[in-house]
Amino acid sequence: MLLITCPFCGPRPELEFGYAGEAHVVRAQDPRDVSDSQWTEYLYQRSNVRGVHAERWRHAHGCAQFFNALRDTTTDHFVATYRIGESRPDAAVEAGR
Amino acid sequence: MQRFSAFALVKHALSGHQRWQPQWRDATPKPAYDAVIVGGGGHGLGAAYYLAKEHGLRNIAVLEKGWIGGGNTGRNTTIIRSNYLFDESAALYDHALKLWEGLSQDINYNVMFSQRGVLMLAHNVHDEQSFKRHIHANRLNGVDNEWLTPAQAKEFCPPLNISGNMRHPVLGAALQRRAGTARHDAVAWGYARAADALGVDIIQNCEVTAIHRDAFGHVTGVATSRGEIATRKIGVSAAGNSSVVMGMAGLRMPLESFPLQALVSEPIKPIFPCVVMSNTIHAYMSQSDKGELVIGAGTDAYTSYTQRGALHISAHTLEAICELFPDFRRMRMLRNWGGIVDVTPDRSPIIAKTPVPGLYVNCGWGTGGFKATPGAAHLFAWTIARDEPHTINAPFNLERFARGMLIDEAAAAAVAH
Repeated sequence: MLLITCPFCGPRPELEFGYAGEAHVVRAQDPRDVSDSQWTEYLYQRSNVRGVHAERWRHAHGCAQFFNALRDTTTDHFVATYRIGESRPDAAVEAGR
Repeated sequence: MQRFSAFALVKHALSGHQRWQPQWRDATPKPAYDAVIVGGGGHGLGAAYYLAKEHGLRNIAVLEKGWIGGGNTGRNTTIIRSNYLFDESAALYDHALKLWEGLSQDINYNVMFSQRGVLMLAHNVHDEQSFKRHIHANRLNGVDNEWLTPAQAKEFCPPLNISGNMRHPVLGAALQRRAGTARHDAVAWGYARAADALGVDIIQNCEVTAIHRDAFGHVTGVATSRGEIATRKIGVSAAGNSSVVMGMAGLRMPLESFPLQALVSEPIKPIFPCVVMSNTIHAYMSQSDKGELVIGAGTDAYTSYTQRGALHISAHTLEAICELFPDFRRMRMLRNWGGIVDVTPDRSPIIAKTPVPGLYVNCGWGTGGFKATPGAAHLFAWTIARDEPHTINAPFNLERFARGMLIDEAAAAAVAH
């Protein structure tokens, strides 16, 4: 079981969290402007990174907040967690290497 | 190829079994091939076999980054069935099941295909309604499936607990009698041996690191850890790593890769006559010919390439197994492991041409690819050889996501696959 650091509550066991898929997948502001291929990209295509992956988690059995995390999918090591709205802390990735 | 037969066994017994040849050559890569298959699992080896046998291509290489059958082919729980809800899926999986029925004879290799029946348990009213709907849909598609009462299910599988005081009592079960299991390693080895006999080069420890394309976008070859290989046709059959390999050709895929776990118990004498699956409380089990109880657990919640899963996932499954089969409560587990499964949004596979000319893909089998091995390989070979899909795999294309033509077995199957 993973130990995940909630940006609001600190380190907690994985069972308290829900996984919510890839982070920074942005929904179009005006759906009328969006082509079929752009909808496909938004709805279905995923980067499925082998390496450092940006993803959403929710501390469902805690503060109930969504937050983002960078996790290495080859080791399951969490590089960083950060709040929704903050940009991807790639400096943490470099520091973790 | 030395054919296996009772006569050959007797003949080699006279020489103390010292004169058996290796089952396939340890090939080194040639500079160019007519077709290259990326991924030496059952699907990839089978595709090479059918390309050579049915489509006359002999100059083929199968590139495997590890050893053949060391990925999901050797990691799954070997369940084979075809009782899927939708017409497209029933056609696809039953095509595979029919090939399973003649596979050992076809490739002269005993894959130990055993049609011992798969029992899917219903635990609530929704399950019962859904399974009965599956049964009717299956029978309309010519796929056998029947409803059993709890007493009939208990008669078919004596270790099953049908007492009314369980948290999730057994209300009945759907039984596909033609379904069953096969020996997973034998499938990889048998296809490798049969393909090798037709001239296919099986190249292990050879990781693809890049896909080359010409000015028109057509593929021209691959870079590998064992040198450059030129080819005009590439078939990617890389399971959990499909997104990574397809990314080398600049394609983004509707896939996410998750760890899926399985575990086996200590071996015991034959006690478990069939395969039992329970989607609702998420457990499935059979007994191997070695005597181990083979148990399938769930996927982890998050994407990963680690080939291991969290302990609480397998613990959850074992709790369900202990409730369904109280006889096994004191059994010890010998090993557990994980494989990386590539999951599509609709939980149906992709066997298709891609927007890149000369590049073909067989992926997205998620948690249920083993059962389809001969069918997927057969249809993938057809698609590569003719540059167009067979009617059976035509609906399983990449464009279905843009066109909204999903084959939504995720909604139909709920959990287990």
